[in-house]
Amino acid sequence: MPTIRIDGVEYEMEAGKNLLESCLSLGLDLPYFCWHPAMGSVGACRQCAVVQYLTDEDEQSGRGRIVMGCMTPVTDGAIFSLDGDRAKGFRESVVESLMLNHPHDCPVCAEGGECHLQDMTVMVGHRDRVYRGQKNTHRNQYLGPLINHEMNRCITCYRCTRYYKDYAGGTDLAALASHDHVYFGRHQEGVLESEFAGNLVEVCPTGVFTDKTLVNDYTRKWDLQSAPSVCTGCAVGCNTVPGERYGRLKRVHNRFNAEVNGYFLCDRGRFGANFVNNDERLESPGLRNQTGSYDPVDHHHALQVMAEACSGARVAGIGSPRASVEANYLLRNLVGEDNFSPGFNDREHKLVNLALELQQASSAVTPDIRSIESADVILILGEDLTNTAPRLALALRQSVRNKAFEMAADLRLESWQDAAVRNLAQDQLSPLFIAATGSTRLADVAEENITLAPQNIARLGAAVAASISGHAGEDLEPEIAGHVEAISTALRAAKRPLIISGTSCGNAEVMQTAADVAEALCQSGQQTMLTLTVPEANSLGQAMLAGPDSPSLGKLAADGNFDVLVILENDLYHRAPEPEVERLLATADTVIVLDGLDNRTTSAASLVLPAASFAETEGTLVSLEGRAQRHYPVFAPKGERRPAWVWLLACSKELGLSTAADLHHFDDITRDCAANIADLAGITGAAPDHHFRNAGVKIPRQPHRYSGRTAMRADISVHEPKQPVDEESPLAFTMEGLNRSQPGSLLPFVWAPGWNSNQSLHRFQSEVGGPLRGGTAGMRLLGPGQAKESGPRENPPAFSPTQGQWQLVPRYRIFGSEELSALSLGVAELCEDGYIEIRADDALGLEVGEGDGLNLNDGLATLEVKINNSIAAGCIGYAAGHSGTANLTPGENISLQKAQGWKRRRPQLIGSDRSTEIGSGND
Amino acid sequence: MSLTTPLTRNVRDDRRPTDMAAYEANGGYQGLRAALAQSPEDCLQVLKDSNLRGRGGAGFPTGMKWSFVPMGDKCSPGHKYLICNADEMEPGTFKDRLLLECDPHQLIEGMIVSAYTLQADVAYIFIRAEYHQATRLLQEAIAACHEKGYLGQDILGTGYQLEMHVHSSAGRYICGEETALISSLEGKRANPRAKPPFPQVSGLWGRPTIVNNVETLCNVHHIIERGAEWFKSLGLTEDAGTKLYGVSGRVKNPGCWELPMGTPVRQIIEEYAGGMEDGYNLKGFLPGGGSTDFLTEEHLDLAMDYDTIGKAGSRMGTGTMIILDDKTCPVGFVKNLVAFFARESCGFCTPCRDGLPWSAQVLDDIQNGRGQEEDMDTLARQVKFIGAIGNTHCALAPGAMEPLQSAMKYFPEAFENHLSGNCPHCNGGTH
Amino acid sequence: MSEANSMNLISALSQEELQAIDAEIAHVPYRDAVAIDALKIVQAHRGWVSDESLSAIAAHLHMSADELDGIATFYNLIYRRPVGDKVILLCNSISCWIKGCDNLQQRITEELGVELGETTSDNRYTLLPVTCLGACDKAPVMMVGDELHEDLCEESIIRILGGSTTP
Ligand SMILES: Cc1cc2nc3c(=O)[nH]c(=O)nc-3n(C[C@H](O)[C@H](O)[C@H](O)COP(=O)(O)O)c2cc1C
Ligand code: SF4
Ligand code: FES
Repeated sequence: MPTIRIDGVEYEMEAGKNLLESCLSLGLDLPYFCWHPAMGSVGACRQCAVVQYLTDEDEQSGRGRIVMGCMTPVTDGAIFSLDGDRAKGFRESVVESLMLNHPHDCPVCAEGGECHLQDMTVMVGHRDRVYRGQKNTHRNQYLGPLINHEMNRCITCYRCTRYYKDYAGGTDLAALASHDHVYFGRHQEGVLESEFAGNLVEVCPTGVFTDKTLVNDYTRKWDLQSAPSVCTGCAVGCNTVPGERYGRLKRVHNRFNAEVNGYFLCDRGRFGANFVNNDERLESPGLRNQTGSYDPVDHHHALQVMAEACSGARVAGIGSPRASVEANYLLRNLVGEDNFSPGFNDREHKLVNLALELQQASSAVTPDIRSIESADVILILGEDLTNTAPRLALALRQSVRNKAFEMAADLRLESWQDAAVRNLAQDQLSPLFIAATGSTRLADVAEENITLAPQNIARLGAAVAASISGHAGEDLEPEIAGHVEAISTALRAAKRPLIISGTSCGNAEVMQTAADVAEALCQSGQQTMLTLTVPEANSLGQAMLAGPDSPSLGKLAADGNFDVLVILENDLYHRAPEPEVERLLATADTVIVLDGLDNRTTSAASLVLPAASFAETEGTLVSLEGRAQRHYPVFAPKGERRPAWVWLLACSKELGLSTAADLHHFDDITRDCAANIADLAGITGAAPDHHFRNAGVKIPRQPHRYSGRTAMRADISVHEPKQPVDEESPLAFTMEGLNRSQPGSLLPFVWAPGWNSNQSLHRFQSEVGGPLRGGTAGMRLLGPGQAKESGPRENPPAFSPTQGQWQLVPRYRIFGSEELSALSLGVAELCEDGYIEIRADDALGLEVGEGDGLNLNDGLATLEVKINNSIAAGCIGYAAGHSGTANLTPGENISLQKAQGWKRRRPQLIGSDRSTEIGSGND
Repeated sequence: MSLTTPLTRNVRDDRRPTDMAAYEANGGYQGLRAALAQSPEDCLQVLKDSNLRGRGGAGFPTGMKWSFVPMGDKCSPGHKYLICNADEMEPGTFKDRLLLECDPHQLIEGMIVSAYTLQADVAYIFIRAEYHQATRLLQEAIAACHEKGYLGQDILGTGYQLEMHVHSSAGRYICGEETALISSLEGKRANPRAKPPFPQVSGLWGRPTIVNNVETLCNVHHIIERGAEWFKSLGLTEDAGTKLYGVSGRVKNPGCWELPMGTPVRQIIEEYAGGMEDGYNLKGFLPGGGSTDFLTEEHLDLAMDYDTIGKAGSRMGTGTMIILDDKTCPVGFVKNLVAFFARESCGFCTPCRDGLPWSAQVLDDIQNGRGQEEDMDTLARQVKFIGAIGNTHCALAPGAMEPLQSAMKYFPEAFENHLSGNCPHCNGGTH
Repeated sequence: MSEANSMNLISALSQEELQAIDAEIAHVPYRDAVAIDALKIVQAHRGWVSDESLSAIAAHLHMSADELDGIATFYNLIYRRPVGDKVILLCNSISCWIKGCDNLQQRITEELGVELGETTSDNRYTLLPVTCLGACDKAPVMMVGDELHEDLCEESIIRILGGSTTP
């Protein structure tokens, strides 16, 4: 380990790091702007300047030179000064220069109070303005409903374009012009295209890119109440910090988890939680009356009704992969194991259970995100990850850079020398092969993009597996055969191969063969990773809880003979074909629904119980990686809303169920579930229980500077209400307590003296960019599995399209395919109506064009046509999860007819159109 | 044979270009034959021995620079590039234009020999957009070379192959900085790159690359043909060879001449440039372009070479002097330069992007009677902040501070006069 | 971008332009490396680079218009706004400044009625400043179109500009 001297003090440093990150890891305040722990160094802002001396004599005489900390490797014996007048003077001059054209609009800036520029300005001690010239000003752009643009606040650190373009692969944000006119924006106004644009909000160290949904419903950082949470947008389970004020969820920030999401979220995660504030939220329990509308009742009454209905009756429970393990577990106990459905539709049921089973049985490792980023050859079978598990797609954009890092290592170039590594490698990437039913959003970084019908993707996978294990493959169609050699050769040569598949193309064999490829690689002695995606935040937990033999929705409908149906947070109409849902609901006399938002299923209920959203309750979710993670209420649910687990526990007690007798706290449920469900035995390790105290005290959800607590309700009553007491967790709904050094799962916000922005995170990390000091949140439930003996599997049959029939393949959209995020402000504007994607030649044959309507199977659905030539021949894509598509089943063969009298939908407003209505987007 | 002005031997008084026939008739492409008869290693050794230093401004020894290029097995498979920097935009510099417009074949021969020495297989001439005539001449000359077998797949039957292209730029002074030039040649914004890695190992498209100035490259085949000793014998001082020296400003005969390296400043100004225009006296001069420090009368007897001028507190830079006369206001002079550099900043790093316009603004205030006493402190602070290599991402901004800091040192009264509203030049003068 | 869409955009370029761009592409390892050449080719044909041309070039080079605009706006000799039939590039760097380029500029302004950056109402000229033109021994100098004019004085300026305006 190199030893260096800084201002006369010797420090042992980790080799291979730059001086800036090393200083920050030591807790020394060295200001910076352009450097970012995940993006490395380019040396643009010159803020991290220090003085370097070559010899001791130089140090004594002060004859050193200014160097940039971020560009300087720590080498043994190096001598630096951080605190000397020269270094400090230089750093002050940098801020002074950056502020020349700054509008000094902190009072009205959304970044105010959590602004890195403010912090750095104070840190370097710059105060007096000497500059007398005019300021340069810029015009701002409309960038869509999610992100606000205020270029005048820009300090030209280049972080935005480096993040957007280099890191996230976006193409529609650029640095424009030169000298002191440099401008960061789009060629023309319009919605930012990247699915990861929202991270600009956190990457930008000033208020240029801010969260528009927050700006429109604004609260300062110091007035936000926050809790550690987990994104419910998909199964990746990114860690988030939602912030609340006045009972409204104001925004979602990234919560660092080195193994799950690092520094970044996708835009579904960041902007898709606003449904919590949706007007359709259920306020109070309701009983359906004669007229079909609901009479509100209080929760005591509601519980009595529920208990009476269930008492002595044949009750079935339908759980939900978007509800917590605990709520599902209680429902399962309430209705009995045999009467509990995990709430999957038939296909989902099969696929999710298979995903679990394959991972449990695979000798390949299910990788965390760091491992994914280390993969050097990747094969994706059947997934458009950017739309099904977005954060993983962002990780893969880093994986493909491993080739560049290898090249850099050959030149002994540090990987944090970001620009140099990129210049060296140019377009050279580690091989990524994608076989999907149509083009995917990772196509630009893939070595081969192969589009095939699902069965043929499975055939390709099987052939690759056979080729790796040296089995002779059978004769293959040329469209498949042409790829097998390249893929298997690359995989065999890989040091850290990664195979990715999942449930999203709706085909079990695709997943199966992906696992076979991974197994074949393991057998040949390679350290192999296997990732299988599943649809929802707790899909995998649900499979663990209910098991493959539990009834799916279809099975429940078929077997159905129940008096009462209790449905937990599951809009069946969104999940299964309408006739099936109708049949299912008709099996019972009484339908009781617990959910947060009004939907078609709640409308079919005789009793509705308003459930707290993820932001108002605790819960454990199991991510696709098999990681159990705990989320906590950010704020207490309003009025008659209760967490689903509270409703279910109360009902169980009302019924006098013995299984509920010993359950009092949330933790009791977790513990009980862990004790009874083998696969979930680890969930108690997801986070400390409610007894945990941080150095004897609780952990505050409110920062020290939280203002106006005594005045927040002053317009209603002059008496200060008591803060809600959190009896379920070590967190408190107050500002009292200690937010430092606690376990990683309990970190509600980051803030450190002098570091008011999210950049203070490094003060909570073991080293810059490293895991949290309190340990990484979550508990892995999947260990490396036991490989089964496997000979060559029989090849799936080839896909043979029939004349006049098309196979339905689901196509996902980050905005629109997921039910709840689509109900969020901003995101809703970007969601489209359901549509069908067909190839131009097919469209020609059907005499339809873009915007026309197509009838599927004489009335199964009618959807608008989009032309997409990348769709595999013989297949048609449909907008999965979107309105009008619930009746469609993946893999089904469909006939198509032009819809007569179809009215072209009102044209989807694209951002650049809208901008003329909104003006230039300034505010 | 004693050839004393190798670079300009084909330059005619009417400045008409030398074509292939005339060039060959005067011994052209003999250097290339001489080089191809030797190994690349031998060529490099000759070049090292010759003590040729880069003529683009920094004066870095060319042989040493080339020796960092990976050769043979040490080089990963792929292209190696040679780039000629013909982006001449340094204020007051007009030497490369002469070579380009009058004798394009000389540059091309120099480049082929250089590329052979480096075993580069692709060469680019990066030429500024406004040099239309030179661009055309170079393109014609390259075509002529293909016909003659001096360029192409199998040069003069040796099996060595080289393709050469002319890239006409789209403006911006920063493109002359070698790493910015590489960015620009890649079709990107001309932001300079941090070193290390040096272009020799990771340059154009990540491949080993050498960038040299026009004048530097024009010397190479002469050296290979006539030897290191010959080259050294041309110079008057340690820095070998000849140099194109230029003088502009209020002298009787502004121009550019090839003279022995180390010719005294006074001789260049008085003998070749004909001395000051009538009615004007010399107040100071920038020895080698707009980003060098002022020298004054006391330095007139210094030898114009890298070390001597460096020791005197300036840089020889491009060797083209700009004369400050006694009727021109030094404040206006440096304002013009600092404003130039501010406008030409690439906008990447803070001190340059924001510091230079501020400095220019302060100078403008001073020049136009809006100056305040504290402005001198601000300027002094800016000079410290911007004016050292390493403070900024590339050398543009430190260069920009050189005329300013030396003007403050040598002509303090000019600033004081302005602050008190009594500039003899600007009150009724031209500036 | 769909193929059809990109073909549509590209159709804004002439065959001649496309051929010239493709000839440049042949010299470089990456298509988008000719971004600057392509902008110059189109500008040579049309005088400037409109949004439409920019999008067309970008589509042809398989890059985004945003990225190409970042390049186009960096360089001072790519014109993203219409310019007159001829661009006057008046050198205002140091040697020309010593020799009075400021006065010349004023004279041009009086004569043509345009300040730096403006185009004459008859669309004949656009007046722009330029970096040192490498002809300092002949200062002051300017370029009109592709032609360099040396040793300028107030009279010669009028002659040159007047001269080139007569058809
Ligand atoms: C801002 C800046 C502008 C430069 N412009 C030029 C130029 O126009 N022509 C040139 O040959 N060198 C220029 N240089 C120097 C080049 O970076 C590089 O050192 C030179 O081309 C190397 O060639 P040489 O070794 O033959 O001198 C410039 C340097 C800087 C910092
Ligand atoms: S000093 Fe900085 S801003 Fe200036 S030209 Fe160099 S890199 Fe660009
Ligand atoms: S953080 Fe080091 S130069 Fe910007």
